Amino acid sequence: MKVKVIVTLKNGVLDPQGKAIQQTLNGMTFDNVSEVRQGKYFDIEVNENDESKAKSQVEEMCKKLLANLVIEDYKIL
Amino acid sequence: MKSSVIIFPGSNCDRDMDVALKKFGFENQMVWHNDNDIPKSDLIVLPGGFSYGDYLRCGSIAGKSRIIKSVIDFANSGGLVLGICNGFQILTETGLLPGILQQNKYLNFICKNVFVKIKNKENKYFKNIKKEVLELHIAHNEGNYFCSNDELKSIEDNGQIAVTYCDDKGNDNEHNNPNGAIKNIAGIFNKDKNILGMMPHPERMIDPFLSGEDGSLFFENLIGSV
Repeated sequence: MKVKVIVTLKNGVLDPQGKAIQQTLNGMTFDNVSEVRQGKYFDIEVNENDESKAKSQVEEMCKKLLANLVIEDYKIL
Repeated sequence: MKSSVIIFPGSNCDRDMDVALKKFGFENQMVWHNDNDIPKSDLIVLPGGFSYGDYLRCGSIAGKSRIIKSVIDFANSGGLVLGICNGFQILTETGLLPGILQQNKYLNFICKNVFVKIKNKENKYFKNIKKEVLELHIAHNEGNYFCSNDELKSIEDNGQIAVTYCDDKGNDNEHNNPNGAIKNIAGIFNKDKNILGMMPHPERMIDPFLSGEDGSLFFENLIGSV
């Protein structure tokens, strides 16, 4: 089954790329954009039919590789 | 004295490091990332570069490569492990050093000479260096050191800050911070001071005609202390 994961920077962690995107959007006349935070999205195909087993494996993957918990949070969709 | 430089796909300072280590008397060997074991060494170096194309996060893939288990075992048994630039990023991703190197604050790749202040000389990496400030080279896009406030307090309390960005007089304030690193941190130790990660490249400052010689001071001290 397919498991989807989103990794985002924790609140309070500086996101210079998000800031640059926000400023560019403001310059393109989208001047009501007050903040952009950039993240990562993963589509993971796991050879496992049991949803809870697959998700718990992906959770391990998030902790060990996909996210760095010093600055990032993950969400399994 | 024997040293090993680990080569990852995308390492590009491995040969410079090999030249530097040999110039100052190390018997150096190059070790491939896909090997299981590291030959007997007094020092292991993770060189600069762009291991695995900086995919996912800088150093994250190299931090899980096959050779890393041997590096971690060596480090945990008290062996000297030095990570320069991408090597520093790899050390944080393995968990051997706290914190993480984020993208530079102003999104620019920085390639220039900087001054760094030595903050702790009670270790093998800096103990006999007479200078307080070294001129070294940096070249990175992700050198913005970050850690939580609790971690920072622990790093400071344990004397783990190795070098900070400063001016030629040693003032390490925000005016002399090239990349936004917290507390101007350019390099840190683990608690036992046998592991050092730093963004500046001492191996690029070993020739008076091409660069400068403050990197020579670093390697002269290192060969004397291992």
